[in-house]
Amino acid sequence: MSSTAAEIARTFRDGAGRATATLARSFGDLDLAEEMVQEAFAVALERWPSSGIPPSPVGWIVTTARNRAIDRVRRESTRDERQRESVRLHGRDALEPDSDPDAAPDAPMDPAAVLDDQLRLVFTCCHPALALPTRVALTLRLVGGLQTAEIARAFLVPEPTMAQRLVRAKHKIRAAGIPYRVPAIDELPERLQGVLAVLYLVFNEGYVASSGDAVGREDLARESIRLTRGLVECLPNEPEVQGLLALQLLTESRRAARVADDGALVLLRDQDRGRWDRVLVAEGQSIVRACLRRNAPGPYQIQAAIAAVHADAERAQDTDWSQIVALYDHLLAIAPTPIVALNRAIAVGELGDPAAALALLDGLALDSYHLYHAARADLLARLGRIDGALAALAQAIALTQNGAELRLLHARREGLRGGASNGRAQAHEPG
Amino acid sequence: MNQYLLSVFSVEGAPTPSAEAMQRAYHDVDVFNAKLMEKKAWVFGGGLHPPGTATVVRVQAGEALLTDGPFAEAKEHLGGFWVIKAPDLDAALAWAKEASVACANPVEVRPFQDPAED
Repeated sequence: MSSTAAEIARTFRDGAGRATATLARSFGDLDLAEEMVQEAFAVALERWPSSGIPPSPVGWIVTTARNRAIDRVRRESTRDERQRESVRLHGRDALEPDSDPDAAPDAPMDPAAVLDDQLRLVFTCCHPALALPTRVALTLRLVGGLQTAEIARAFLVPEPTMAQRLVRAKHKIRAAGIPYRVPAIDELPERLQGVLAVLYLVFNEGYVASSGDAVGREDLARESIRLTRGLVECLPNEPEVQGLLALQLLTESRRAARVADDGALVLLRDQDRGRWDRVLVAEGQSIVRACLRRNAPGPYQIQAAIAAVHADAERAQDTDWSQIVALYDHLLAIAPTPIVALNRAIAVGELGDPAAALALLDGLALDSYHLYHAARADLLARLGRIDGALAALAQAIALTQNGAELRLLHARREGLRGGASNGRAQAHEPG
Repeated sequence: MNQYLLSVFSVEGAPTPSAEAMQRAYHDVDVFNAKLMEKKAWVFGGGLHPPGTATVVRVQAGEALLTDGPFAEAKEHLGGFWVIKAPDLDAALAWAKEASVACANPVEVRPFQDPAED
């Protein structure tokens, strides 16, 4: 790739979401916005190699896309009325005479307005009237600027399926009148939770893919972090957004250490902590400290705090499990889910009471979750109940689809069968 | 202003609510309708007789063929509906939530192709 082409690709990743958000607000039409931004990038790809990259590449893209959108609206009489109406509605002068993107290179990118537009776009893409997979796909496509083919690959669906999902979603947004705005203050907390859930789902799919052979799809985790950073910029006073960012940074910091040379997953306790990314750890921990000072805890902040406790320990045996159990107590009080209860029980086991941990697991409705059985296997093995441990491992293996996780579980089964049960094969990474 | 159809579905064979619960639902729906009118969101609405009272008309070669019963034999059937005016889906969903509480049933929200006249 030539350096100009690389620059255009970078501009696209960084700027497509902003450009789409701005256009969508002006024209009240996501589809049109997306299409015109694509066209503008095609023009850039054609022109910039000879004309050079303009001083404000994203500004250039917005102006060029807007000019094309105006042309399109003027040409298409059926759409015309709808868009004129939306322009009136939004009080924007989108149909003003064309400006020349080359003559006005630093054109219309008022930073506050840009952030506001982006936030509207995020909330529209994550609207609860859309199915969760649709919200994820729309967010990656429109806010993240990913190509449809990339999203399809990341979620292991055929490209036409993903394309159709996106087309349907955009049609529903337009036809059903899903508003293009930031929710009112009374519904903001609930709607924000929805947005964070979408971003965290993207991150987790990138961190441990639900199926497939590789451990994760790194680019998805990276995209999620980038999108969360964008959200932090838009909503600097929402501690849970900060908490999600910190949680992702601290989790991502372990990436290099969590896969063995043979491709098997390496558990937290067995990881070479020297390979953790200290830059990500430092940033994550500093955010966690700021959240603690603010003292408005929420589920993401507490999970980030748990990850920060792990990051504090130079060796696995230095981990402050009593603090982790205390944090899980807090988390369980505000988010009483079986998964949280599972992770708390594992922490109780690490604190030195596997029998109590096993008793805590017994009542949980997690029979179809592979890590539940893996955790039981670990505790049973530590209590010397090898047959029970093997049975639980078999259940875990039957429920696991990720290749890297499977390799680890098989290795543990071999270990147990070989009588090497002195090693404490830990079931799961708490936090 | 957009227009939305709010449909109320009943499930066949579901336990019949008590007379008291029915009375309360009628009352709550009346209150809800009054609020729709007061806020100028009302276009039309009403409850329907059971699907067994329906007749389907099909025209084939200019002849009207009548069939006794609903168009689709389904477990769920339309029990009633509203047509409302709302500026966007969020507003329509807020009305639907109130409608669902009032009639004690799930409510489906579907946009009309054409916007409201005023």
